[in-house]
Amino acid sequence: MSRTLITGALLTALVLAAALLSYVWTPADPEAMTIADRLQPPNAAHWLGTDHFGRDILTLLMIGARTSIAVALVAVGIGIALGVPLGLAAAARHSSLLDEVISRGNDLVFAFPSLVIAILITAILGPGALNAILAIGIFNIPVFARLTRGAALGLWSREFILAARVAGKGRARISAEHILPNIANLLIVQGTIQFSLGILAEAGLSYVGLGAQPPTPSWGRMLAEAQTMVALAPHVAIIPGLAIVFTVLGLNLLGDGLRDTLDPRLKVQRL
Amino acid sequence: MLAYLTRRLTSLILSLAVASLEIFLVVEVAPGDPARFMLGINARPDTVAALRAELGLDVPRVERYLAWVGGMLTGDFGTSYTYRAPVTEMIADRLWVSLPLALYALALSTVLAFPAGLLAAAKRGRAGDYGVMAGTQLGIAIPNFWFAMLLVLLFAINLGWFSAGGFPGWENPALAIKSLTLPAVALALPQAAILARVLRSALIEITGEDFMRTARAKGLTRGQALWRHGLRNALIPVLTILGLQFSFLLAGAIIIEQVFFLPGLGRLIFQSISQRDLIVVESVVMLLVFAVIMVNFLTDLAYAIVDPRLRRRA
Repeated sequence: MSRTLITGALLTALVLAAALLSYVWTPADPEAMTIADRLQPPNAAHWLGTDHFGRDILTLLMIGARTSIAVALVAVGIGIALGVPLGLAAAARHSSLLDEVISRGNDLVFAFPSLVIAILITAILGPGALNAILAIGIFNIPVFARLTRGAALGLWSREFILAARVAGKGRARISAEHILPNIANLLIVQGTIQFSLGILAEAGLSYVGLGAQPPTPSWGRMLAEAQTMVALAPHVAIIPGLAIVFTVLGLNLLGDGLRDTLDPRLKVQRL
Repeated sequence: MLAYLTRRLTSLILSLAVASLEIFLVVEVAPGDPARFMLGINARPDTVAALRAELGLDVPRVERYLAWVGGMLTGDFGTSYTYRAPVTEMIADRLWVSLPLALYALALSTVLAFPAGLLAAAKRGRAGDYGVMAGTQLGIAIPNFWFAMLLVLLFAINLGWFSAGGFPGWENPALAIKSLTLPAVALALPQAAILARVLRSALIEITGEDFMRTARAKGLTRGQALWRHGLRNALIPVLTILGLQFSFLLAGAIIIEQVFFLPGLGRLIFQSISQRDLIVVESVVMLLVFAVIMVNFLTDLAYAIVDPRLRRRA
């Protein structure tokens, strides 16, 4: 096991554990506002300090992790659930009209500046975690469709697929039983990358006020609220940002590590 | 080349047509009638109807779509509902902030990424490589708006070298560039990290080529060989990323403009969305999409000129 994989897995596990722990225990009540204790730097009572309402920052971070993870995870789920079947179908009917439509559709979505459209979607449908998921998820579909199609196309000319066709299996069944298991590694690796991009996108959307709405804590909004207080209490702005960096870094390292472990051949091509 | 150009041009026009239709539909299904929004909840129905007629909202959607697209082709984006000013002028004003910002960031990210990528490739597997790679991992993981806040904290609040936000206009170019510096650095960092990684892997791939071995055999050091022969050949993937980055930078500028209170396209989008100024929203988004599609088209064209093999494959 590589050091990259272990570091990534540890960081990711830490964030996941904090998010899960917040369901049963948090250091303080997330909605308890003690104005007298506001903007305290990290101390014994509040390990990561307090915000402008006197709320415990560690508590907000733990609950905020839930929002970030949920939004990014469901967005990846949307990408896989819709993108993978589309990619499989396009590869199974290579060069057909279906393939052409799916491929051109992918190109078109890729041509859109995703962030602008995500902002447009959430602004139009109204801010909130659900619409943020939708806005981020839409852009995951072509990512997985293109990856699946490319990888599946390479497999369709292989002998074991020919054998399955000779045995009388249909295209859909071959895709599900033989193609999918062989590209699962790739999908897992891409999944972690899209997951980390989703965390960043969610943070950006909630920073501009289009993500999860108050009182649900979210990392991006914690940063937005901290912005005006950055001179008074820098920790309020620094800590939530560090949480995002650790999470994204952890997922990226996990993805890199998984890629190297699952498919050593890819090592040479790694970016 | 002509056949290739025709094919790419057709697909370009098709993409733009579909994109404009999608944007129009998305904005049109938005809840909230602009006329009702402008007049407030107590407005009488006939007043709302009169304003709808004045804004041209009572015309069937198909006609409105055609009028919008037709107008854009002649450079007329319509009239803003809220400001009653030509959208073209509003966009042009804001473009003078967003476009220089994106170009500034693009230049910075290139200047940062090239030495870093070259260093990492030349020192592959050694401390320099690990240092650069660790730095780029961090660069990719940092949300640019947070990095922007850290820059403000350090260089504006603590050191006082830059202002924390705002834009003085282009009357004094030095001052204008100074006020765009922190935003550009914030935008450039993640892009530079990606670019450096792409450059490194492209260079490493090329190191294995015969002509590189010949160059080394002639007595060049690894660094010299990379600089004289490798870099030029590694430029294709790097150009692709540069093309893509420009669109990321234009879009990323939307959020960074919020951090620095810059009066650019991003601020315009947010303002118009909250005021239900649909015509402005549609036009700005269309402009950004147009920019992205055009840059992709030009990048493809540039390859086809540089590398004739690509004309057949595309």
